[in-house]
Amino acid sequence: MEFIADINIMPMKEILDPQGKAVKLGLHNLGIDQVADVRIGKHITLRLEAADAAEAEGKVKTACEKLLANLIMEEFTFEVRPA
Amino acid sequence: MKFGVVVFPGSNCDDDAVYALQHNLGQEVVKLWHKDHDLQGCDLIVLPGGFSYGDYLRSGAISRFSPIMNEVIQHAKRGGYVLGICNGFQILCEAELTPGVLLRNNGQKFICRNVHLKAETNNSLLTSGLDLDRAFKIPIAHAEGRYFTDADSLKRLNDNDQVLFRYCDENGTITDAANPNGSLDNIAGICNEGRNVFGMMPHPERAADCALGNTDGKLILEQVLNVLV
Repeated sequence: MEFIADINIMPMKEILDPQGKAVKLGLHNLGIDQVADVRIGKHITLRLEAADAAEAEGKVKTACEKLLANLIMEEFTFEVRPA
Repeated sequence: MKFGVVVFPGSNCDDDAVYALQHNLGQEVVKLWHKDHDLQGCDLIVLPGGFSYGDYLRSGAISRFSPIMNEVIQHAKRGGYVLGICNGFQILCEAELTPGVLLRNNGQKFICRNVHLKAETNNSLLTSGLDLDRAFKIPIAHAEGRYFTDADSLKRLNDNDQVLFRYCDENGTITDAANPNGSLDNIAGICNEGRNVFGMMPHPERAADCALGNTDGKLILEQVLNVLV
C-alpha cells in the first residue's frame, strides 16, 4: 500500500543558523520584536510503497540517515500515514 | 603521475583543474564522467569545484551517490590519492571520506575573493614541501564553507595532525578577522586519517598560472608530484 511521509529536518541546536538569525532580524524590523529565536530547516514529503507502516517507517528512516539529513549538522523527525 | 578529474552535472571548475594540472604542472590528465565506473588507472582523483546537482538538498549530498563515487571510495580505501576542492571537499565530507561538514558561511553570503592560508604540517603529500612560515594567497568562492565537526572529531583532527590549512592574514597569523566564513579553528583544509584524501575549500587551481598574476596555488598543487608512483 502507499504511504505518505512528512519529514522535518532541522539544524542542530548547538550550530549557528545564520539564515534563522537574519530572518529574526527581519521579523524585528517588521515590528514583531517578541520573536526570541528563529531556526530554519527543511520539510520533505515522500510518497512510497510499503507492505505496512513499519516497513514504510524503516525505509524513511534509512532515507533520512543516508541522504536527506546530515547527522553531523541536522536532526530529523518524521510521521508516516497511509496515502 | 596520471590525474583524473571527475565531472559531475554542475561541476564548473573541472576545466580549471584540468588546465592547471596539464598546462601548469605538465601532467597527464583525463576527465572522468560521474556515470562511469572506471578510474582509468589514475593515481590521483580530483573532485572539482562547482555546484554539482545544483547544490540541491545539501552541497555534495547527491553527488556522493553518483556511480563513479563507488570507485572513488574504493580507490581511497585502498590508499589511493583523492583531492577535493571546494564542492569537491563538500562531496568528500558527505561521502565520509573526510570528517565533518561544510555549513553555510556565518555571514550568509557567497564569498569570492583572495584569502591567505597557512600550511599547518608537512606530514601530508599535499603539503609535503610547503614553507610553514609563509602565507599562501589563494582564492575562495563559496557560500557553504564553514567547516564544522564535533568536539571529539576536532580533537582527533588536531591530535593526528590532519589539519592541512588554516585561514590566516597576509603575514601568516591565524586570527578571527582572517577567518572568512566562520570555520571552526580557521580550518580551510584537512586530510583523512590515512593521509591520502585531501579536502580544501580554497581553489589552488585558480592561482596556478602566471597570466593570473598569482601562482601560489601552483606551489600547493605541485607538492603532489613529490610522490613516487
